[in-house]
Amino acid sequence: MSRVRVLVGTRKGAFILESDGKRRQWEVSGPHFGGWEIYHIKGSPADPNRIYASQSSGWFGQIVQRSDDGGKSWEAVGNKFAYDGVPGTHQWYDGTAHPWEFKRVWHFEPSLTDPDTVYAGVEDAALFKSTDGGQTWDELSGLRGHGSGPRWQPGAGGMCLHTILLDPSDPARAFIAISAAGAFRTDDGGRKWRPINQGLRSEQIPDPTAEVGHCVHRIAMHPSRPNVLFMQKHWDVMRSDNAGDSWHEVSGNLPTDFGFTIDVHSHEPETIYVVPIKSDSEHYPLDGKLTVYRSRTGGHEWEALGSGLPQRDCYVNVLRDAMAVDSLDSCGVYFGTTGGQVYGSADAGDTWAPIVRDLPAVVSVEVQTLS
Amino acid sequence: MIRVELPAPLRTLARVDDEVCLEIGGPVTQRAVLDALEARYPVLSGTIRDHVTRRRRPFVRFFACAEDLSHQSPDALLPDAVASGAEAFLVVGAMAGG
Repeated sequence: MSRVRVLVGTRKGAFILESDGKRRQWEVSGPHFGGWEIYHIKGSPADPNRIYASQSSGWFGQIVQRSDDGGKSWEAVGNKFAYDGVPGTHQWYDGTAHPWEFKRVWHFEPSLTDPDTVYAGVEDAALFKSTDGGQTWDELSGLRGHGSGPRWQPGAGGMCLHTILLDPSDPARAFIAISAAGAFRTDDGGRKWRPINQGLRSEQIPDPTAEVGHCVHRIAMHPSRPNVLFMQKHWDVMRSDNAGDSWHEVSGNLPTDFGFTIDVHSHEPETIYVVPIKSDSEHYPLDGKLTVYRSRTGGHEWEALGSGLPQRDCYVNVLRDAMAVDSLDSCGVYFGTTGGQVYGSADAGDTWAPIVRDLPAVVSVEVQTLS
Repeated sequence: MIRVELPAPLRTLARVDDEVCLEIGGPVTQRAVLDALEARYPVLSGTIRDHVTRRRRPFVRFFACAEDLSHQSPDALLPDAVASGAEAFLVVGAMAGG
């Protein structure tokens, strides 16, 4: 029988939640790496026993942990993320030039085919790749070398490369997103990159339609249609039907189109999920009601999904990497909150129930569907 | 024999329960102690000083003989009591937060 493993990164450690395919009873293990921030923990699609975790602390920096047995045991691997060449500068909050400095890994994206190959999106924004299971890391410096790098600037959370999408139909194509530079695409395996922000409009920057400078919060893709991308921008939910060459807004009837996370149903490429957040200054749900919104039409038309979620006095946030889906017949959807709850739905979002309620603030949620 | 006391998070990372004892061939300096420590426990590389700049991480402090040695040159000699093993060289996570 199929099983589900939910990998949860929090401000004070990692937790692993496991259930059978019914997704009613859950076993919780953790904290792993207690006391450390776990920005992201993700398993390899090619070998579900291989898991990578980003462990960091303000005191002791970045550690990369790797498991080869599904999270039962861990080994610290390479943590040297050295920028290629002279790093140069990007814009600081006050507009001055600021040297590129490595701070932490925000996101690991394991290869779709090779467990030893994994990509790391880091702050200050850059993309690294390892082909030896995380022992050594090399920067794909063509991204920072695009030419617009000196104009990139940090969002409130830092200048992070937080989204990495690998195109399953074309090994040479990948998409990344940076707060607050925008989205970029490579078509040659990471040597050259170009911004893909046409159609984005951000009133918070001097030129609202600039080539770079947009605060993209998250991009999602269905593996069967890699040319169709969905984006939760700072404000606005966006869609591209041409691999990012252009975008159009699909916020439709959402009560607010600010938010952080977005994801796609595992079997229905036109079904997408967001968690609307009140505003960029009030990072909590509208009216204290935690509500997921689902569109079955690829945007524009949204329905509120609040059954089983707190509908009063709830003022948590759901961060950009804190939602994921499983691939069981009835798609499971999961998300974690800054209040430490992880909610799951075994019926594609119709009803929800908490899996755990009192973890540290949840930063990331990933799901493995195990056969 | 140099005695080094690590903060709890780094003891967990290095999988040690107690003080670490290191042999230093030449002059006993911060740099020599950290080089020997990282050679014995590669997992600690990058956690006490930056991989690239080799500078002490901002929220790490070095204490010995009831003194804060954090701002001394990495090539300055450590106190005789540390070099003789009478006193431990303390790697400390700085107090930070509310």
